[in-house]
Order: sequence, then structure tokens, then C-alpha cells
Amino acid sequence: MAERELKKKTTSQRTEDEVVDATAPSSSEKSEKLKAELDDLLDEIDEVLEDNAEEFVRNYVQKGGQ
Amino acid sequence: MAVAKVCGIETEYGITVHGVRDANPITASSILINAYINELHGNVGWDFVDETPGNDARGFARESFPPSEVESHLVNTVLTNGARYYVDHAHPEYSSPECISPREAVIYDKAGEEVLRTSMSAALRSMPVGQEIVVYKNNSDRKGNSYGCHENYLLDRALPFGKLVKFITPFFVTRQVMVGAGKVGTESPQVPRGQVPFQLSQRADFFEEEVGLETTLKRPIVNTRDEPHADASRYRRLHVILGDANMSEVSSYLKVGTTAIVLSMIEDGFMDDLDLSLNDPVSSLRHVSYDVSLKRQLRLKSGKRMTALEIQRAVFERAEAYRDGHGLGSVGLEGDGDSVLTLWGEVLDALETDPMQLSDTLDWVAKYRLVSGYRDRNGLDWDDSKLAAIDLQYHDIRPTKSLFYRLGVRTILGEEEVKAAVTQPPENTRAYFRGKCLERFGDYIAAANWDSMIFDLGSDPLRRVPMMDPLKGTRDHVGKLFDESANPAQLLDSLGS
Repeated sequence: MAERELKKKTTSQRTEDEVVDATAPSSSEKSEKLKAELDDLLDEIDEVLEDNAEEFVRNYVQKGGQ
Repeated sequence: MAVAKVCGIETEYGITVHGVRDANPITASSILINAYINELHGNVGWDFVDETPGNDARGFARESFPPSEVESHLVNTVLTNGARYYVDHAHPEYSSPECISPREAVIYDKAGEEVLRTSMSAALRSMPVGQEIVVYKNNSDRKGNSYGCHENYLLDRALPFGKLVKFITPFFVTRQVMVGAGKVGTESPQVPRGQVPFQLSQRADFFEEEVGLETTLKRPIVNTRDEPHADASRYRRLHVILGDANMSEVSSYLKVGTTAIVLSMIEDGFMDDLDLSLNDPVSSLRHVSYDVSLKRQLRLKSGKRMTALEIQRAVFERAEAYRDGHGLGSVGLEGDGDSVLTLWGEVLDALETDPMQLSDTLDWVAKYRLVSGYRDRNGLDWDDSKLAAIDLQYHDIRPTKSLFYRLGVRTILGEEEVKAAVTQPPENTRAYFRGKCLERFGDYIAAANWDSMIFDLGSDPLRRVPMMDPLKGTRDHVGKLFDESANPAQLLDSLGS
């Protein structure tokens, strides 16, 4: 069931109805689509990233985990 | 005989307080969970009496193991969906209820993210401007500290533990090619910085033993904690500490689903002639994680050499034969096992041809492609802190900040079923009874545990309802009793407690 219901989520919201058929797009079409999506995210990522990457990474300390 | 693979996922979240230097993570975790409890107006404590995390599956108990009472002063609650939500050491942890299928386990794990998001929003309203508690669904702080995402599976007590270890270990070492969450760099003290630009798994750096009881140091690939939270004469609970917390639903589904199938095969003796034992499982775990090309060969005890993908392919083919010759009835409800198997095959096919095809599907591939793309575009070195920040922020669960959610990765769950799972328990395990008791009669529950509920009706002594079988207390068993009981006394009378 699940593999026939793989749904594509847009960057802003999930669309309930779009069903992705794994056999439909050719491999090169798919990789172009993936590349375009990645480029879009790379265009906007600096606006989303925490302001001071170095400080953010340095201050992220997590002790006492399993 | 394989028993129904009742399963669940426990997730420890990383926690920070933006705007506060050196904030105490225990306090922050308590504030977060209390904010959620206050939002819901109700709190039922957890009952520690029967917890025995020091019992070892190899047959001995460790007296000096810290008793769980030491943490009982911390916030600890049970939700109407049957989950436990509490402060574990220095982290907020959400333990999903017992689920009947791998898909349901993923639904309840994702519902846990919703619980954490609601907690963060509620906490934010009570905090000074400029401060915010933020949690991350990952497993490492990139400085050598790790925290877990544990899986649990119900097993037949009759299965000898040594046999389980022998057959599950090669599968555990290699499943990260599908289900790893990816990490920029390495935290292993034995590996020079810069030698591993990117690896498949968050956790591989932290495992030092093949088998053992520990969960916080010298972590073992197979954890021997023998605490079934059920009738110990019939059941075992395999507590898996090796896995990564997954953002991708597909990765999470494959992690639980393929493991459930393999465990069933081992119980049914279907793996007995498929000995893939590795010469050095701990080293192999790292070798697999450090090799994004997926080409590295591992040495087997038999002298053979195989890649992680070849081992996964061999186990997968055995699983197909198991489906055809035996059936997948122990894995979820009708069709659940078949769905896992189909997806497992598709993902192996893609990994064998071009893993990058799965950059909209699997966590490690999605993250690898994102950090590689950013690195290429900006001409950065692999040790640039921007790449480390992207790695962390992939696991931010706030919709506005989460890079995972911005990537638009494939999903398998519907929004509505995840939303419902925030408050409603699974219907096919004892979690149904727990959740409904809390929903209907929460004011009369003195304490709850995985395998019992304790009622306080005021006048009588406390009354304990044991729930020693995870498959009893389902909607079919007790749904009608709840419908017919106007108060908790009536419920207890009809249960005969």
C-alpha cells in the first residue's frame, strides 16, 4: 500500500492527491527535476540559516544522552 | 514461531535555548514538557516500580545500575495517545505507544514531532522576548556527545538470544545504507579530522561493542537490556539503540519495517543457513558509514567479502522467499509486510544504480546532496561551519527553519492520520486501553506504566490493572467496555479488577 501512495510534498505544504508512480519519469527527467528543486532551496538557504553559523554550531552542546 | 511484531520508537531530542548562554538542558526540558502539560490541563505520573533496565538478556542482573527512581523527580507524563513524554537524563524524550505495524510506528513518531512543536510554541509564550527553546531531531552534537533514537520490537522468548545476535548483527551493520540520517564529518577519536567529509549515519561513530547492556558509553550494536514490559515467560523486547532519528518517513518506515521482517525470519528459523557473520562488526559499522560510494567490501567470518549493499540484497532476497514460503503475517496487518518488502526492493535497486536518485527519499542522500550543493556553490571546505550548521538545521523540526521540510522529501503518511495520532491511541495494542483510560478517566489515574494502570477512586485502596500482553486491551477487546462505563468504577468492575 505505502509504496503506491508515495506522495510528493511541496516546500510549503503536502499535497494529498498527487501520486508518484515510480516508473513514470525517466531517470534523467527525474534528476533534472531534483536538481531544479535543490537549486531553488540553495537560492534561499542563506535567509533561513541561523545567523552566525560558527556560534550556532559551537553552542550546540548535548550531554547526558543514551 | 514469529510473534506479532509490536513495535515502537523512542526519540531523545537535542535541546537548546536560543538567546541564553549555557542554559541548563534539564530545566529547559522540564519547561518544555510542563508547557505541553499545561496546554492540555492534565498530568498523570509514570510508575517506576517494575522497571528493570539493569536486567541483562544474557541472564544476569546488575545491582549497581542506577535505579530509575533517580530520575523520577523529573517531569514524566503519559499522553492520551498512549505515549510517554518525559525528561530522560538531559533531553526531552517522546516514546511512542506500542504499535501493531511499522507504518503505525512511523505515524506515532511523527505525531511526536507535533507534540514537540506544540510544546515549543507553548513554552515560547511564557519566555522573555528573545529567548526560545528549540529541539532538534538528530543524534549528535558534533562534539562527541550522542543521544538515541531507540526502536523496540516484540520477540518470542523461546528465541535463543545468541542466535538473534548472530543473524541480526550483519543486518544492523548494513541497514544504514538505507536508513542512516547522514552526518557532516566524524566524531570518532580514532579518525583524523578531515578524513571523513560526510558519512551515512549519525550514530556509527559511537559504537564500541558487539553486544552489551550499556546505552550511554561503550555502546553495543546489539543491546541486551532484558526488560520486556510484558509477560517475561512468553515475550522478549528487543531494545535497538543503534539507529538514527529519521526525518524522512520513508527512511523511518524502512528502518522499522525491514527490521521487523528480519526478526520474524530469525524467529522462524528462516535465516539459519544464511550466515553473513562479519569478521569485525564494530569496524565494519564505521567502514559502511564512512563510504558514501557504497562500494567498500566487508570481510565476513567465512572469508568472503561483500559490500553492505550485497549483504542487504542477500537478506532482502531471503525475505522474498520468506514471504512466498511462509507469509509475512507477523508484520503488521494485512498487506503491511508486502508494502515494506516492495519499498525495500525499490530502494536497493536505486542504491545499486545511482543513490542520488533517492535525494527526495532517504535522509542521508537528501542531506548529502544539500550540503554538497551548498559547498560547490560557495566553494567551501568540508570543515566549514556553514556545512555543520546545515547538518544541524536539517533536523530542526520548526516548519520555518527546518531544512528537511524545505527539501520537499517524499512522504508516505497523510497529515490527518498524523494529527489524529497526537491524541488518539493505536487501536490494535494495549496502548488503546492506556490512552482511553487517560482520555476518559484521567483524573482517577494515579500512575501509568507500559504494563499497568493504577486507579485511585478515592475511598478504596489503589487498584492496579495489569496489562502483561501487548496484544490485549485493543479496541476490539475493550472498546465496548469504555462505551458502557460511565465512570472508572464501572470500568474496573467490568474488567473484574
